[in-house]
Amino acid sequence: MGQSLSVRNLEAWYGSNKTLHGINMEIAKNEVTAIIGPSGCGKSTFIRCINRMHDTLPGAKATGEILLDGANIYANDPVELRRTVGMVFQKPNPFPAMSIFDNVVAGLKLNGMRNKKKLKEAAEKSLNMAALWDEVKDRLGHSGMSLSGGQQQRLCIARALAVEPSVLLMDEPASALDPIATLRIEELVTQLKSSYTIVIVTHNMQQAARIADSTAFFLNGELVEHGATSDIFMTPRDKRTEDYITGRFG
Amino acid sequence: MNKQDKVRTRTAIGDLTLRLLTLGMALVVVGLMIWIGWQMYVSSQESIAKFGWSFLTNRVWDPVKENFGALPFIYGTLVSSLIALALAGPIGVGVAIFLNEMASRKVRSVISFLVELLAAIPSVVYGLWAIFILAPMLRNSVEPWLNKHLGFIPLFQGSPVGLGMLAGGLILAIMILPTIAAISREVMAAVPNTQREAALALGATKWEMIRIAVLAYSKSGILGGVMLGLGRALGETMAVTMVIGNRPDILPSLFAPAYSMAAVIANEFTEATYSLYLSSLVEIGLILFAITLVLNALARLLVWSVSRGPKGGQLV
Repeated sequence: MGQSLSVRNLEAWYGSNKTLHGINMEIAKNEVTAIIGPSGCGKSTFIRCINRMHDTLPGAKATGEILLDGANIYANDPVELRRTVGMVFQKPNPFPAMSIFDNVVAGLKLNGMRNKKKLKEAAEKSLNMAALWDEVKDRLGHSGMSLSGGQQQRLCIARALAVEPSVLLMDEPASALDPIATLRIEELVTQLKSSYTIVIVTHNMQQAARIADSTAFFLNGELVEHGATSDIFMTPRDKRTEDYITGRFG
Repeated sequence: MNKQDKVRTRTAIGDLTLRLLTLGMALVVVGLMIWIGWQMYVSSQESIAKFGWSFLTNRVWDPVKENFGALPFIYGTLVSSLIALALAGPIGVGVAIFLNEMASRKVRSVISFLVELLAAIPSVVYGLWAIFILAPMLRNSVEPWLNKHLGFIPLFQGSPVGLGMLAGGLILAIMILPTIAAISREVMAAVPNTQREAALALGATKWEMIRIAVLAYSKSGILGGVMLGLGRALGETMAVTMVIGNRPDILPSLFAPAYSMAAVIANEFTEATYSLYLSSLVEIGLILFAITLVLNALARLLVWSVSRGPKGGQLV
């Protein structure tokens, strides 16, 4: 099951450069929330705060609160958090030294699961959810690098799903893929929301319109507007949102 | 011939010249290699004719009785190099992990500089330091301690001498440490950050991230660095000669004096008063040459097999 997120006055810095200026935002569970905005608006920083990947960069810090089903993530261990909040990155990043199978179960092995049978079941389940099982079931021992870019990205999704997170963060997951592979990822996202809360960053507005239940528009480190996707695209309340979605800038 | 053809001919001649010139340079390297090998083979004919293959297995080195065998030197070189690898390998990789994954930028640049400085110290200076500092330390504290606690292993039996196999291995370890650390750091720095993030995002701790993202990705490069260190250890002459004890003997204890191939050549070359003696020394050089070649080839194979990774993919 997905968990809801509640962001309170989130501010983030890279060194002395402030990239998020007090974000307040509610993210509903089992929905797809898209974050849109021009390059450098802080959308990637924002989702990287949700699993505290932002903290891992030298000189980066964040203040404020992010409540995951009511519990502040900044009060707990980031390593534990990342087992609940999974992430898929812009460029597919399977582990090249590992086979397809080992890639999928990498997170489970980190959690200490050693039972071969359980690992196999989990791998099949995750690969099925990522719509990759049929394509790789006969070559699980092959390198993850032997797959196409789109397959690699679905492998990374399967890897993130295997640890059974409740929230899945996706940072422009299709921007490095061709249109067909992109379509498959989008189908996947809409299927996955029944089990996960999904936050997806995209600079492709059509993509946001196609898959997201709600959409948030970021500009210069501020949340300009957040609402149902149809409202954001049809009847934006803020002039800046309207300018952006009609292509007047960004 | 029109103008365009002229230009074409001119560039073709230029390319051909460049090609032949660079080919010549490449052949110089190959030629030198073959020449050195051949020359050593020719110069060691007398020894080869007299002792044959038994030169490799004979444990006696007795210039007075004109009986020569290379085994003690082969043993000394291999064992001292292995000690050096066993110590410098893990430490070098550890240094690289610290510098690359843990240290702040300031600490990293200072320590990297110091590590690289280690490589710049002349080996005779290492030798002096080893004679006056390392060997007494081994004799007075390290070897008695090892003997007391691990004395049931033959390696640590016998009286503490200081100058011996252990000292030789240790000084080699210190000398190859910068090579291993610097190369390991280079290859770890080349690991894409996306790999680290992939591991962290799965809920890996720092050490788990280093293990599954950094070390797994860079293992063939690290292995290459270790092998380069091994190459240096095998051929190192001066510092080893000064501390290894220079006794052509095969003794189980690491405390006991030993001898290495490079050391015996350097020490006895000027005293080789008759041609068979000289010829035997050259044959030791030939064996050292061969061992280095074979180990390097094996290292290449190892790096190659490690870098292949799982089927159907290519590790970068």
